[in-house]
Amino acid sequence: MSDSSPQTRRKHVGRSISHESARGHVTGEALYTDDLVPRTKNVLHGWPVIVDHAHARVKRIDPTKALAREGVVTVLTGDDVPGVGNVGAAKQDEPLFPDVVQYHGQAVAWVLAESEPIARRAAAEVVVEVEPLDPIVTIEDAIAAESFHTKELKIERLAEGKGDMAAALAACPHRTSGELHVGGQEHFYLEAQAALVYVDEGDQVMVHASTQHPTETQLIVARVLGVPSHAVTCQSLRMGGAFGGKEVQANTWACVAAVGALKTGRPVRVRLDRQRDMFLTGKRHPFLGRYEVGYDDEGRIHALSIDLFSDGGYSLDLSHPVLARALFHVDNCYDVPSLRVTGRVCKTHKTSQTAFRGFGGPQGMVVGEDAFDRVARELGIAPHEVRAKNFYTDGSRTHYDQEVRDADRIEKIWSQLSETASLTERLAEIEAFNAAHDHTKRGLAITPVKFGISFTTAFFNQAGALVLLYADGSVQVSHGGTEMGQGLHTKMLQVAADALGLDLEAIRMMPTRTDKVPNTSATAASSGSDLNGQAVRDACNAIRERLAEVAAGILECTADDVVFEGGEVFRTDGKGERLPFGKVAKAAYLDRVPLFATGYYKTPNIHFDEEAGRGHPFHYFAYGAAVTEVEVDGFTGQYRFLRTDILHDVGDSMSPKVDLGQVEGGYIQGVGWLTREELVWNADGRLATRGASTYKLPSLDECPPDFRVALMEKAADPTVIHGSKAVGEPPFMLAISAREALRAAVAAFGEGKGPVELGCPSTPEAVYWAIEAQRSAGAAVAAAAEE
Amino acid sequence: MSTDPAITVDGRPIPLGETDPHQPLLHFLRERGLTGVKEGCAEGECGACAVVVVAPEGEASRFVTVNSCLVPAVGLAGREVLTVHGLADGDELHPAQAAMVETGGSQCGYCTPGFVVSLFAEYYREGRTPGEVWDESIGGNLCRCTGYRPIRDALASLGAPTDDRHKRRLAQVTDAPPSFAHRCTIEDGSEVRFHRPASLTELFAILAKEPEAKLVAGGTDVYVEVNQLDRRWPVLVALEGVRELQTIADTDDALTIGAGVPLSRIEDELGEAVPMFGELFPLFSSRLIRNRATLGGNLINASPIGDSPPALLGLDAKVVLASASGERELPLSELFLDYRKTALQAGEILKAVVVPKPFPTIQRFYKVSKRIMDDISTVAAGFGLWLDDSGTITKARLGYGGVAATPVRATEAEDALVGRPFDAAAMVHASTFLGTAFTPMTDHRGSARYREAMVSRLLEKLHAELTPEAAE
Ligand SMILES: Cc1cc2nc3c(=O)[nH]c(=O)nc-3n(C[C@H](O)[C@H](O)[C@H](O)COP(=O)(O)OP(=O)(O)OC[C@H]3O[C@@H](n4cnc5c(N)ncnc54)[C@H](O)[C@@H]3O)c2cc1C
Ligand code: FES
Ligand code: FES
Repeated sequence: MSDSSPQTRRKHVGRSISHESARGHVTGEALYTDDLVPRTKNVLHGWPVIVDHAHARVKRIDPTKALAREGVVTVLTGDDVPGVGNVGAAKQDEPLFPDVVQYHGQAVAWVLAESEPIARRAAAEVVVEVEPLDPIVTIEDAIAAESFHTKELKIERLAEGKGDMAAALAACPHRTSGELHVGGQEHFYLEAQAALVYVDEGDQVMVHASTQHPTETQLIVARVLGVPSHAVTCQSLRMGGAFGGKEVQANTWACVAAVGALKTGRPVRVRLDRQRDMFLTGKRHPFLGRYEVGYDDEGRIHALSIDLFSDGGYSLDLSHPVLARALFHVDNCYDVPSLRVTGRVCKTHKTSQTAFRGFGGPQGMVVGEDAFDRVARELGIAPHEVRAKNFYTDGSRTHYDQEVRDADRIEKIWSQLSETASLTERLAEIEAFNAAHDHTKRGLAITPVKFGISFTTAFFNQAGALVLLYADGSVQVSHGGTEMGQGLHTKMLQVAADALGLDLEAIRMMPTRTDKVPNTSATAASSGSDLNGQAVRDACNAIRERLAEVAAGILECTADDVVFEGGEVFRTDGKGERLPFGKVAKAAYLDRVPLFATGYYKTPNIHFDEEAGRGHPFHYFAYGAAVTEVEVDGFTGQYRFLRTDILHDVGDSMSPKVDLGQVEGGYIQGVGWLTREELVWNADGRLATRGASTYKLPSLDECPPDFRVALMEKAADPTVIHGSKAVGEPPFMLAISAREALRAAVAAFGEGKGPVELGCPSTPEAVYWAIEAQRSAGAAVAAAAEE
Repeated sequence: MSTDPAITVDGRPIPLGETDPHQPLLHFLRERGLTGVKEGCAEGECGACAVVVVAPEGEASRFVTVNSCLVPAVGLAGREVLTVHGLADGDELHPAQAAMVETGGSQCGYCTPGFVVSLFAEYYREGRTPGEVWDESIGGNLCRCTGYRPIRDALASLGAPTDDRHKRRLAQVTDAPPSFAHRCTIEDGSEVRFHRPASLTELFAILAKEPEAKLVAGGTDVYVEVNQLDRRWPVLVALEGVRELQTIADTDDALTIGAGVPLSRIEDELGEAVPMFGELFPLFSSRLIRNRATLGGNLINASPIGDSPPALLGLDAKVVLASASGERELPLSELFLDYRKTALQAGEILKAVVVPKPFPTIQRFYKVSKRIMDDISTVAAGFGLWLDDSGTITKARLGYGGVAATPVRATEAEDALVGRPFDAAAMVHASTFLGTAFTPMTDHRGSARYREAMVSRLLEKLHAELTPEAAE
């Protein structure tokens, strides 16, 4: 499977092209799951019957009044489930029709009606009698009640000669500690959850779902219906964004629709409007981190001990691997000789928190970075200097004992970016600006990122593809990955075109379906193109090699001397005819050569021993760094980002426009998480921020007017397809530079000494209170000086 | 009355049939297969549902972008709408579409139709210079994927409009919405009636017969209630056709703004003359919303966190209330009685807002919110200070939102300012009356403590920004 087969040349991979569906996007012709509804006859519309308690026992459901309403066809309850009424993916802990409500607004029944307005009105008429129970809402409540989903996870690496963590800390010249609450995040994929299910002839259940994991959706629908997997086909057309929110959480809606379709014999649509999507589906895990750190006068960190608690919500979901990834990323780019990190998933009465771009990595990293910043400010050394002093270098190993391959890229990126972003000059300019302004302060920060690539669950690291060549030379490509905007199909198109020596137009990317490629993994962990790219190329190569034999016969040479390029097939030595690709395909068909092939790939050497906290959970690391500058208003705490510079490692980019888009989009989404996106739950567990009017995503205004993004050059990773690296998640954490820039600006309102406590997310209000703390600390210092 | 119950969508008439007046245009279009028009929020925040309404502009026309999730479909009877489906010419993409393809402005593509529509309207905007980047033109569209840079580049790349069919359409006249009535039976068998009168006389005649009528101006509050709270009314009366509510009059004594004038028009026509407006509107929702939202709606909605009340209080504005039996004028501060309760009586409508002259010497609008663009206020303030030649404050108006059950004036602090020069000491003095003046509360937008702090911080900010020594 080498990149440079003699039969092909690299023409499309590496070229900047627009999204494979861009034309469909801009004309409105690209279809999403719910767009199928007006194209389908006789559809029934579902609406949830919900309970306004975070924790309650359901005593009685009485649908009489709702059923009497004209246009209502049925009210689905647990009695309608033919199979297992549980949709939990990791563990069967998510009843589809629960007897005990586990979070505020959970659905206990579903109305199916001729129109959505009717279903909605009827749902309000279903009487649900409940007995309210006490909810556990916060992480602290859960810790106090010992309400956990999992046992403690721990990774510990001690420097030589240190008996335990306490000793390692005690041996340090200085120690400090801190605590940080890290907020969750709403996915707010622009396309909310949607499913449309109908039953074809022979009881074949057709599921259209906006899902990142069609195989799992298929499996769980089959389980709920009590039928084998072969009776269910799932198609994920394309998604209007997902970000992890449709990795496991797309299943429920498909299951409700499937139960309804089976019961009524009609197509059933279950889509969530924004409000329901926000209060019914899981989010990025909020975290609580507590740490103790030991360091020396130079700012070298010798020992770091971190305890993490994540708020998993009511069910296990993906909380365990999310927490594991947090533990894997507290070190970020830093070589801390003694590092101990523990974690626990709290069980609360909230939505089941789930995958979200970065998958726990960002939360772990933010807590680690908080410790680094604290050390710098305790010492009065510039935070970027403290960071740089502690970098991993070639040969370093992480706290879970994986070699940090290509660790030299950390320093390389750092110094190159410092240079191109004029770090030193701008820090000086900002100091001058701040000295001249009492009420407005600027801050600038540079932070690095190292992010591990692979599913940390080893068996997910496999992928399949199916390539069909038709006798006219046109090609359909299917693979297990789903398209959610990340540009996976675009890259796969480029890979297939190069592998077959075709123009892009000759190839059609097919919607992801479980009847094309079975047993697929979720498109997640940034691994979509790493895994599926290899599988697609594998399949294309198989077909090309067969065609080469056929062409060799026509061209009177050996197969190795045949070249496929630009839709033509010819001899390397230029002699003889240039055969149109279609002609070779036709000849192969007449020759009775099979023109379809499957491809397969599994990532080698992935393992992790959870008991020992040692292993090799990642195939490789992706690196990057960002510099962000912000201006803060001291009266209100409001702020604006002025400029951002990013240098990021995507290996050898397979598709620079796509990769640039991922880096920029990931960064801005990360900035949203750390700044203005604030989830607020009331004391009774009700989510108060349940719409775009109360939960503020980054708008155009949050895109810095000066935004300079570059991809690291000559960065090929020979162990990955076409030398590329995964790009979906790593850039998200570049946003930590925005948080640290805010912190720098806040510090400038005071004496500029000592740690700066800054809430996370750093909303304008959080920034305001941080400024107030600086101002009063400054005032206290001034008062003391006067005495 | 017009009897032609159809909307012209992308050049094709679509009959209204039995459309429920509560149905937003968004769902009307999607049900008919125009699924490029997307739903992202159904509350006017994301712009995925944006469409263009062709509106009259003198003897010609104008493309106005609106959130189709907040516009009643029936309200567009007899009018022309363009969607993302109707912009390209066959296989040839519209320049707005081509620009988005070129810059990589679409990732998942779900927000894209809305951005394309906004870019399309901007492309034809009178007075736009190619290369100009007016953020507001796409400020009502959210994208979760791209981070906006490529979309902003697409905006910057738009050339001058060519003489295409859309440009030619703009050169033709469009009629003001004629009066129109519609009725239908909805799911539960009840009848819903919809009226779109063209004059006040017609309006009052309808109100006399339909005392239960719910007025709809821009609908940006009413249709949020319809979509989010599933609210229904037996009778809806659209005000957008009432010509008397659409006027702006400028006399020596005052500026009189019709209650039905869309905010974007006030912004365009008065933003410079009245700096308070120039500061207010860019911070008030998004251009998409402002193309529909009105002062009448904002004031009668009487939300304590509405933004025009503090600004208008700062300008010492009055309101004109009208009914079949006549008109009366009230100081704005007397309009707000209690939480979302106004002095408007049955049968009365808000006709106009009067801003007296001279305008304040110093006028400033501040809005504290999580996000700067398109967010609701945590606290808002409209400050108006009238100074005489010697620099002494002769009159002060300090309007606040977000600090009490209604928009309020800080009257004690206002009094404390009068007779003093505009200096730091005066501000500190006034602040002492602000500390406990209000009763803010804690919610998801901010804590009571923060709101309380903002009340005096904003006054300090005003002074700091306007004082030479601190003018940094
Ligand atoms: C996305 C979004 C963002 C927003 N951002 C802001 C913001 O930043 N600041 C802010 O203040 N508001 C904001 N709003 C609220 C809203 O836009 C305003 O309240 C708007 O001004 C209402 O005007 P309208 O014409 O759309 O009112 P409508 O929805 O038509 O009506 C509102 C109420 O007023 C009544 N009414 C309307 N006109 C009259 C009249 N002439 N006489 C008597 N009664 C009348 C109606 O019956 C109804 O009760 C936002 C709304 C949305 C959807
Ligand atoms: S759907 Fe979001 S603005 Fe209309
Ligand atoms: S491209 Fe996905 S929301 Fe904009």
